[in-house]
Amino acid sequence: MSDETAIVAEAAAERRLNMIEAINEALDIMLERDPDVIIMGEDVGYFGGVFRATAGLQAKHGKTRVFDTPISECGIIGVAVGMGAYGLRPVPEIQFADYIYPGLDQLISEAARLRYRSAGDYIAPLTVRSPFGGGIFGGQTHSQSPEALFTHVAGLKTVIPSTPHDAKGLLIAAIEDNDPVIFFEPKRIYNGPFSGYYDKPVEPWKKHPDSVVPEGYYKVPLGKARTVREGEALTVLAYGTMVHVAEAVCAAKGVDAEILDLRTLVPLDIKAIEASVEKTGRCLIVHEATRTSGFGAELSALVTERCFYHLEAPVERVTGFDTPYPHSLEWAYFPGPVRIGEAIDKLLKD
Amino acid sequence: MADTAKPADTNRPALALHVPEPKYRPGDTADFSHIDIGTAGAQPRPDESVHPSQMHDLAYSLVRVLGEDNQAHGPWNPRLDPETLRTMLGHMAMVRAFDERMFRGQRQGKTSFYMKCTGEEATSIAPAMALASDDMVFPSYRQQGILIARGYPLIEMINQIYSNKADKLKGRQLPIMYSSREHSFFSISGNLATQCPQAVGWAMASAVRGDSRIAASWVGEGSTAEGDFHSACTFAAVYNAPVILNVINNQWAISSFSGFAGAERTTFAARGLGYGIAALRVDGNDALACYAAADWAANRARANHGPTLIEYFTYRAEGHSTSDDPSGYRSAQEREEWPLGDPVTRLKKHLIAIGEWDEERHAAMDLACAETVKATTKEAEKNGILGHGLHHPFHTMFEDVYEELPWHLEEQAEQAIRERITKFGTERPFG
Repeated sequence: MSDETAIVAEAAAERRLNMIEAINEALDIMLERDPDVIIMGEDVGYFGGVFRATAGLQAKHGKTRVFDTPISECGIIGVAVGMGAYGLRPVPEIQFADYIYPGLDQLISEAARLRYRSAGDYIAPLTVRSPFGGGIFGGQTHSQSPEALFTHVAGLKTVIPSTPHDAKGLLIAAIEDNDPVIFFEPKRIYNGPFSGYYDKPVEPWKKHPDSVVPEGYYKVPLGKARTVREGEALTVLAYGTMVHVAEAVCAAKGVDAEILDLRTLVPLDIKAIEASVEKTGRCLIVHEATRTSGFGAELSALVTERCFYHLEAPVERVTGFDTPYPHSLEWAYFPGPVRIGEAIDKLLKD
Repeated sequence: MADTAKPADTNRPALALHVPEPKYRPGDTADFSHIDIGTAGAQPRPDESVHPSQMHDLAYSLVRVLGEDNQAHGPWNPRLDPETLRTMLGHMAMVRAFDERMFRGQRQGKTSFYMKCTGEEATSIAPAMALASDDMVFPSYRQQGILIARGYPLIEMINQIYSNKADKLKGRQLPIMYSSREHSFFSISGNLATQCPQAVGWAMASAVRGDSRIAASWVGEGSTAEGDFHSACTFAAVYNAPVILNVINNQWAISSFSGFAGAERTTFAARGLGYGIAALRVDGNDALACYAAADWAANRARANHGPTLIEYFTYRAEGHSTSDDPSGYRSAQEREEWPLGDPVTRLKKHLIAIGEWDEERHAAMDLACAETVKATTKEAEKNGILGHGLHHPFHTMFEDVYEELPWHLEEQAEQAIRERITKFGTERPFG
C-alpha cells in the first residue's frame, strides 16, 4: 500500500478516470512498453470494444497488435495459447464472462497446465480480460459471475478489481505475470461505484477517491488485498462490485466494519484475512455469484480452519441465489442491502 | 415418454435415424475394393499459390507417387536423392523398432501406457523432413516419428515413458506426451485437437513478427469433430495463417470408425475447401507423397499464400494404445487387406527398385535399430522405471503450477513431506 500511496502522491495532477478509462490506459501503456503484448477479441479492433475498453488502441498501435477475432472463444483462447508459446504476451478479451465457456478446455486443460506439463518448457502468459457480474439488466447471459470455476483450477490466477486505480495497476501486473490470469472486470462499476441501492441516483467515479489514477506505468501486486476501511466490529471479505455495496450498507447501518477488498482470489492474501478476522472475531463474506461451491465457500472454510478460536459467531455468507441470473427479478436476486444487512445483524447479535 | 407426431396422424413420412456402422466387424472378411485409390502419378500438382477453389479434385482423390511397380511417378514426385530416401527409411525403421520395444516394456510392467504408430510412420516422418527443423510442430500423441526425425535423443523419450528420475518432464505426464522446445516440438496434450488452434496462434504470432518460421499441427480424423478443429480452420482462413493442419485419417478412433467423424459423407480434406483453405488428400502410406504434400504446403505457407489442410489417408495397423484390444470391434483381416500397403515396405521396395538398397542392408538396418533401442533402454532403466522409486524429488510435484510457489501450495508441499515421513520415517525413502 505504501508504494502505491507514494506513487499517487507523486502524481503531478489529480486525474480522475472511470474504470474503463483506467483499463484502456493500462492496455495502451503495455502495448507501448512491450512489443510482445497483443490484444484481440470480438469487436476490440477498429470499433474499440462493446464497452470501449480498447477504444483508440488499434489506431495507435496498428492492426497486427490490436485486432478483431471471429466469434469463437475456443479459438480466441486456443490461438492465444499458441501465441504465448511463440513468446508473445496476448491479452484476449472475452466480450462477456458468460461467453467464456467454449474456451474452458483451452484455459483449464491447456493454459493452466502448460508450464507444469512441459516442466517449464512452455508457458501461457495470457491475461484474459472479461466483463462480469450483473446489476445491468443483462439477463442470464450477460450477468454471470463465474469466478469460482477458475479459482478451482490449479495454474490459473483470478483477479478482480473494484476501483479505477486498482484496475489499471492490477491489469499491468497481470499482463506482466508469466502465469495465465483471468481478469474479471465488474461491468456494473465501469462508470461509477454502485452502492447496491439501485433506486438511488448513480454516483460517477469522479466523486470517489480511488478514481484518482496516476499517469504512466505502475503496478498493484497480485495476491495482495486492500483494506478499504479499518474497523473493529466485523470483517467483510468482498471483491468487485460487492466491495462498494458492502461499504454502503455498513455505512448506512453505522457498523464499524473492517472491509477487505480481496482483489486477487488466487493467490489469496490469506495473511490479511487472518489478521483481520483475528482482530474482529466475526466474518462476513459477500459475493454476487451463486452460493453453492462459490468462492465464499472456500473463504468460509479457510476462515473457519485458520481462525476458529478467534471467532465469536459463525461465518456468514451473502451471495446470489442458486438460480440462473433472472432478468425482471434482477434486484430480488442481487445480494443487496437487505440481504447484507440481515447477515450483519445476525453476526453482531451477541 | 416423449411426445410424438405419428406419420399416420400427420400425413408426413416417418423419420429414421442413421447410426453409422463400419463395413466389417470381428470375424468378417474385409474387402476394401470399394475404396478408390486412383493411380500413382495421376494427380496434377498445382502451383503453391493456387486458390483453394481451384483444387477441388485434390481434396477428394489421393495424391500418390509410389506405384505398383515401386517406381516414383508424376508431378508430385519430390525427387529426393537416394541418401535422403535411405535416411527416411532409417527413421521409419527406428520408430518401428522403438514402438515394438516400448510396447513390450509396458507389458513387462516398466511403465503404465504406450501408443504405437505402426502403419502411420510416413505421416509424421516425411512431413517432419519436409519442414525446416525450426518450424514449430504441434503434434497429437502418435507423432513420435517427428522426434526421431529431428534427432531427439531416444534415451530422453524412454526416460519420459518410464517417468523416471531423468524424465525431463519430471514424471508429470502420461507416457509419450513428450515436449521439447529445443526441437520446436510442442508439449503434447491428452485433450484432443486443442493443439490445432494453438498451432494457428503460433503461426499468426510468427506472421505478426515477420518471422520466417511456419507451424504445423497433427490431429486424428476422429478428433476433427472437436470444436477446436473448427476454430483452427476458421482462424487459419481468416488470418491467412502460415500453418499446415494435418489430419491423420487412420480409419479408427479407438473403436469408432471414421464414419463417426463424418467420413461417410465427405473426405476430411474437403473440410478445408469449405473454409477456403487449400486442401490435399494424400496416400498416407506413401512416404514420397507425404513428403511432397508437406513440402507443397510449407512452400505455400512460407510465401504468405496461407494455410493448407492435408488429409493423410492411412490405416492404424495396431490397437489405439496398450489399453486397447482392436479384436473386440474390427476385423483382424483389415490390416492385411488395406489397399495402400505398409509404408516401410513400400519405401524399401522403391529404394531396391531404383538400385539403392537391398534386402541384406535392410535386415542389417532393422537389426541395428533393435540393438540401439535395446541398449538405450538398458541405459534408461538405470534412471528407474515407473513405480520403482527412482522418481523426481517430492517437492517437484508442487513446482511449475505457477512461476512462484504460492502459500497454499507451500503448505500442501509440507503436508506431502510429512506424509512421507509418517510412512517411511524419512522424506526420501529411495535416497
